[in-house]
Amino acid sequence: MMNNTTSVIFAGVGGQGTLLASRIIGRVLLDGGFDVKLSEVHGMSQRGGSVVTYVKYGEKVYSPVIDKGEADYIVAFEQMEAARWLNYLKPEGKMLINTQKLPPMPVITGAAEYNADIIGKIAASGAAVKSLNALELAERAGSARAVNVVMMGALSNELGFGGEMWEAALSGCSPAKALDINRKAFKLGKEA
Amino acid sequence: MPQKTLMLGNHAVARGLYESGVTVVSSYPGTPSTEITAAAAKYKGEIHAEWAPNEKVAAETAIGASIAGARAFTGMKHVGFNVAADPFFTASYTGVTGGLVAAIADDPGMHSSQNEQDSRNYAIAAKLPMLEPSDSRECLEFTKAAYALSEEYDVPVLLRLTTRISHSQGVVEEGERARRELPDYQKNAAKYVMMPGFAKLRRVEVLERERRLREYAETTPLNSEEDGCPEMGVITSGAAYQYAKEALGDKAGYLKLGLINPLPTELIRRFAAKYKKVYVIEELDPIIERHCKALGVGVIGKELFPEIGEFSQSLIAEKILGETVESRAFPEAVPSRPPVLCAGCSHRGVFYVLGKLGVMVNGDIGCYTLGATPPLSAMDTTVCMGASVSGLHGFNKGRAGGYESKAVAVIGDSTFMHSGITGLINIAYNQSNSLVIILDNTITGMTGHQNTPANGLDIYGEPAPAVNLEELVKSVGIKRVTVIDPYDLAETELVVKQELEVKEPSVIITRRPCALLKNYQKKPPVSVIPERCAGCKACMKIGCPAISVSGGKAAVNRTLCVGCGVCGQLCKFNAFAEGE
Ligand SMILES: Cc1ncc(C[n+]2csc(CCOP(=O)(O)OP(=O)(O)O)c2C)c(N)n1
Repeated sequence: MMNNTTSVIFAGVGGQGTLLASRIIGRVLLDGGFDVKLSEVHGMSQRGGSVVTYVKYGEKVYSPVIDKGEADYIVAFEQMEAARWLNYLKPEGKMLINTQKLPPMPVITGAAEYNADIIGKIAASGAAVKSLNALELAERAGSARAVNVVMMGALSNELGFGGEMWEAALSGCSPAKALDINRKAFKLGKEA
Repeated sequence: MPQKTLMLGNHAVARGLYESGVTVVSSYPGTPSTEITAAAAKYKGEIHAEWAPNEKVAAETAIGASIAGARAFTGMKHVGFNVAADPFFTASYTGVTGGLVAAIADDPGMHSSQNEQDSRNYAIAAKLPMLEPSDSRECLEFTKAAYALSEEYDVPVLLRLTTRISHSQGVVEEGERARRELPDYQKNAAKYVMMPGFAKLRRVEVLERERRLREYAETTPLNSEEDGCPEMGVITSGAAYQYAKEALGDKAGYLKLGLINPLPTELIRRFAAKYKKVYVIEELDPIIERHCKALGVGVIGKELFPEIGEFSQSLIAEKILGETVESRAFPEAVPSRPPVLCAGCSHRGVFYVLGKLGVMVNGDIGCYTLGATPPLSAMDTTVCMGASVSGLHGFNKGRAGGYESKAVAVIGDSTFMHSGITGLINIAYNQSNSLVIILDNTITGMTGHQNTPANGLDIYGEPAPAVNLEELVKSVGIKRVTVIDPYDLAETELVVKQELEVKEPSVIITRRPCALLKNYQKKPPVSVIPERCAGCKACMKIGCPAISVSGGKAAVNRTLCVGCGVCGQLCKFNAFAEGE
C-alpha cells in the first residue's frame, strides 16, 4: 500500500482531553510544513465511551483514517484502550501507554473483568512499549486534567521536531491559566 | 500569502459560508453536522446564526432569507432532511433569489445515528444539484461553488457531507469575504406562490433546469479526472476517493465526482473507455453504479463492496488487490466500553423508577436513549425524534386503553420542542389517557450543549425569551402537569404511579440541569461508610460510572461524583455519607 505518511492513534476514554492533544500535535505538524489530516468521531462516544483520534502526516495525506496494522505510534491514555487498539499497530510500531485504569461499565457492574497485566501482554506480543504513570505526573504538574499533555511530552521524544515547535503549539493551544501547568506536564512526560 | 490552517470539514464549510457573503444561517443540531452552524455563529455581526426548533423551521427560515435576496444556509444530519424535505421539494420549483445551500451530513457506519440513509436519493428525487467534497479544502471551495451554482441556475443546492469529511481536519487556505449588495425585494407570485396554476409552469422549468445541469455536469471542474495505469479506472466521490487513492495510488486512473447529482454521461463513457476494468467505489447505496449500468457502461461495484458502513483503504486494497495487512492481536477479549449516562445525569433516576415499575417506555432520541442500556434497560422503543409522544398515543389506542396505566413516553426538552409538542396536541385532541414525561435538563445534551427555545438563551448565549413548558403543555389542553426533581427517587416514583392511574392525559416534567453544564452546582462527592456497606450492590442498579464495588464494598470515584445523592437513596443500610 502507498504509505509514506506517519500514522499516530490517540486512544482514550471520553473526557480525557484527546481533543487538546490533537490540537497541539496538529499545530506542530502544520508548522513543520506537512500535509496533515486529523480525524475523530464525536457523538455517542463522548459519554464515557472509547474515543479515538487518527493523526496522519507526510508530504501528501489521502485517507484520514488509520486501519489495522497501520499505526506507527499508538498513544493510549488508558491501559485497556491500549489492549483494544493493539491490532492497529504496525509490526514495527510503538505503544506509549498511560498506566491509569478506568474501568468501563461492564467491569463496574461485574459483567466482565478488567484484563490483568495488559502491559506485559502487549510487550509479549512483540510490540515496542513505553509506559508511564501520566496521572501521577499530571498531578505533580498541578492538575489531573493534564494527562493529555504529559502524553504529548512522551510522544515528542518519538516524533522529534524542535522543542521550540512544541512550545509554540503548547502556548498557542493552552488556555492562559493552564499554560504553566501544561508546560510542566509536557516536560515531565518528556523526561519520563 | 493566504493563511494555512487545520480545519474540521464542518468548520471549513462555515468558513465557506463566511467567504460567500452568507448572512443568514438557521439550523437544528445533529451529529455530524452541528459544528457548521456553531462555527458560523463565530462570525457574529456579519452572519445571523440561530438554532431553530427543528429542521423544517430552519429550512423555511433559510428559504425565506433567500427570497429576501440574502445568501442563506441550513445544515442538518441526514435524518434532519427527512424533516426538512417538505419545504425543499417545493423550493426546488420556486428556485432562489439569494443563493441557498443546505448541507446534509450522512453517517455511514452509524457512529451516532438511528439509521444509515443515503441522502443522495433526496437530490435525485427533489431534482436538486448536490456537491460532495472529499476533504476540508474542498469543503470550503465547494461551499463557495455551491452559492455560485445556486444563483446561476436559480436552484437550492445540496452539499453532501459524511462523518469522516465533517469530522476530519485538513489543511485549508482562508480567503476574503465576498461583498454582496442585497437586491431590492420584488414580488414575483408566479415564481413563489406554488398553487397548481403556477406550480405546473414551474415544473416545466425544473425539468429544463435539470437538462441544463446535466450539460454542466459534463464540463464542471467539480468533476475531475486523473490519468493512470490503463488496467484499472475508478469512479468515486467524497471520502471513498481518499480511501481509493491511498489503497491504489497510481495503479489506477480516477474520475472523482464533485457534482454527484446530476451525474455526467459522456464524461463517464469517455473515462470508462480508457480502462480495461472500471470500479465504482461509493459508500452506501449503488447510485453512481446504477447510473453507469443504465448507460450501458460495465462497472464493478456492489458485487465487491458492501452497502453497509464506512469504507477504508484496507477494504479497497483487499477487495481489488487481494492484499491484506498484517497485524498482531491482544491475546484475550477486551471488555467493551459503551457510552453511559454521566455521573449526576438527571435522566438516571427517572429510568431507575420506570424500570422498577416495569412500565412500557416509548423512548425518543437524546442522551436519555442510554436509558435503554443495562443496568437500567428501561426503554421499549426508539424510532425518530418526537415518536415517543405520538407513538404512545398510538400504542394506547392500539391496546384499546388496556395499557394506559402501564405505558409512558419519555422525551428530552430539545426533542419536545423539535417535534414532541405536535404529538401532545394529538393526545389532547384525540383523547388517550397517556402519560408523557419531559426530561428537562435545560439543554440539548446529546449533540454537545446547544441552547433551546425553552432555556432562555440563544446560540450566542445571550438572553432570549424562553418557552414555559408548563404553560405550553396546559395551553394545548392537558390539565395535569407536575414538575418534579428527578434526583428525588421517592417523589419521582410516587408521582409516576399516581399519574399512570389518572383517567386523563398527564405530563410530568422532570427538571434538573445537565451535570456537564458549566454552571451546574456540583456538591462534594459522596463517600461510602465501609462498616455500614453490606456489599448488596443495590447502588449498582443505577449504572453510575462513579460507583464500583471493590473488595465486596461499594466505592465512589471522587473525581467523577458530583454529589447528586441518587445512590444513597437506594441504600438500605445508610452507607453513603454526603461529602463536605
Ligand atoms: C431529525 C433529527 N434531528 C436531529 C437529530 C440529532 N439529535 C439526536 S437527539 C437530539 C436532541 C437531544 O436533546 P434533548 O432532547 O434535550 O435530550 P438530551 O440529549 O439533552 O438528554 C438531537 C439534536 C436526530 N436524531 N434527528
